[in-house]
Amino acid sequence: MATISAEPTSEPRRPRPAVTARLMRRGELTVTDRVVQSLLAVAALLPAAALVFLAYEMIKEAYPAIVFNGWTFFTHKTFALGQAYSTAPPVVRHGYKALPGTSFGVLLMVFGTVVSSLLALIVALPIAVGGAILLVERMPARLSNILGVFLELLAGIPSVVFGLWGYLTFGPWISGWLYPAIASLGIPWFKGPIANPSQGVATASLVLAAMIIPIIASTTRELIRSVPELSKEGATALGLTPSESVRLVTLPFIRTGIVAAAILGWARALGETIAVLIISGVNLSGFPHTIFSTFTTMAASIADLLDTALTQPLGVNALAEVGLTLLAITLVTNFVGRIITSRLAGPGLPVGRGI
Amino acid sequence: MRRRGFTDKLFWAVCIIAFCLIAAPTISVIVSIVHQAWPALGWHLLSTDDTSATGGVKNAIEGTLVLLLGVLIVAGIIGVSAGIWLAEYSSGRVGRVLRFMSEVLAGIPSIVIGYIGYVALVNGLHWHYSLLAAVLALSTLVMPYIVKTTEVALRQVPTTLREASAGLGLTRTRTVMRILMPTAAPGIISGLIIALAISTGETAPLLFTANWSQSAPYLHFNGGLFVHHPLGYLTYVTFNDISQPGTAYHAQAAAAAVVTLVILGILILAGRLVAGNFRKKTARMAL
Repeated sequence: MATISAEPTSEPRRPRPAVTARLMRRGELTVTDRVVQSLLAVAALLPAAALVFLAYEMIKEAYPAIVFNGWTFFTHKTFALGQAYSTAPPVVRHGYKALPGTSFGVLLMVFGTVVSSLLALIVALPIAVGGAILLVERMPARLSNILGVFLELLAGIPSVVFGLWGYLTFGPWISGWLYPAIASLGIPWFKGPIANPSQGVATASLVLAAMIIPIIASTTRELIRSVPELSKEGATALGLTPSESVRLVTLPFIRTGIVAAAILGWARALGETIAVLIISGVNLSGFPHTIFSTFTTMAASIADLLDTALTQPLGVNALAEVGLTLLAITLVTNFVGRIITSRLAGPGLPVGRGI
Repeated sequence: MRRRGFTDKLFWAVCIIAFCLIAAPTISVIVSIVHQAWPALGWHLLSTDDTSATGGVKNAIEGTLVLLLGVLIVAGIIGVSAGIWLAEYSSGRVGRVLRFMSEVLAGIPSIVIGYIGYVALVNGLHWHYSLLAAVLALSTLVMPYIVKTTEVALRQVPTTLREASAGLGLTRTRTVMRILMPTAAPGIISGLIIALAISTGETAPLLFTANWSQSAPYLHFNGGLFVHHPLGYLTYVTFNDISQPGTAYHAQAAAAAVVTLVILGILILAGRLVAGNFRKKTARMAL
């Protein structure tokens, strides 16, 4: 293996695949090697193929609706499937026919999705980062490991259980004391009657926050651990207090990583379905007037309406267009998040759905 | 100086509050779900099928376990193979692109996968609501995690092992299968466990692929083995019964959630044990 030390400069960066690549170039692979290698390569293509297939199917399904709707899809606010038993003439546009009363607009859902996920992110980010800092910087390793179980448990709780908890326990509890207190302050958007104790923008956002906290916190925890000990010691030697060391040394060091984690957490909140379906109230009739009103998101509406849409011409296609919009938004956020993480040295962990 | 000391204390107090805000919901979820489920808990949960508000969830447990087995086979084989290729055989741009696309796939909303499962498999291929459609939808969802953990586990195997194996004249395949895979096995297994845990808790991709059935999954196995028959699973019971009126249904929804949490707890515990072993093993080898 003298050849390995022959290229000392390339060694630290990519120490390992070089061995295989070199063997292949020299033709030192047996027939079995080649067969196994091709089979593995096919397997490696499958996730990428699945991604392309999902995008292709979504576009194919949405196409009739895209033609039918044109730009009105993004200007109309309400999404209403038509009335199956109405005697009114069907709506015909660009050669496609839909039931009377049909209105396919995505604005309301996009609004609900973006607002609820952003509120969740605003709540989750400081909590996740603060908790992670405490776990790494202030706890002995043993205690940190034990308390870290909370993060794993929170990450492991299924979406539908969060929905159940938000609907039966958390929503009624928090609208019993915190919401009236906030409403009494009289800030626009944050005031008004709390008509429904278990459903609404605020409750859904807080539950979403609980769902994305473990994603951001566990990434931040790994990032803080990757900060060189020497820099922290330097900070201490200069007489900085522990908190100043965190703010002036650790946080700037991992800032990019936290941004990436936040984007990926946000993407998770954007696509969340079941919990939001239970807690949002799926209100398709209008914009939420306050943070206590019911609302709807793209993912929740798809899950809620698919059953009905199956029986209607264009219904399924219009939902596909909603799905395509959601897919486009999450793909962009994921791309950005992944590109940032891929630039980072250290743990670019797959943070996404739970755990 | 005194002001700085105060700021320091304040900063850590805020961090402690933040951590409490992580721990509190975790505890609250578990305690409240068990509390809600209390009236419905009992051995009948495990022994009778879900046919009414007071029935058990036996068929749903069986359905979930069958789904997990399917995911383990489909996503397990594909994901681990893909991970091996990315870690051991890929070099350069192709590997980077495939890795990136797999990571992006991890971010696809589960309802989109469920929708495509319905349109392309249930309807398009006329599989109807079926085990196969559900397993494929779930597998698409969790595959990226298996790919990633397999790749990371293999990359952590010390280079010296590869060199020693090549030095002894082992072929490439033998090196991977006999030397690298056993060493990386705990890491790969904990990745598979994570995938199973995610599958256990998912609802959205299953609603329109598996749908729901009140009878045990194996009753269908003499007819169409994998297609044409809907399948019950635990998260559906929780999701469906929460929207039914009456406390009996709500209790049953929570009871199904408790069973889901128990399965998840077992998986998380197993994952921690395996991961702990792995760290010890590679640490010893890396010297």
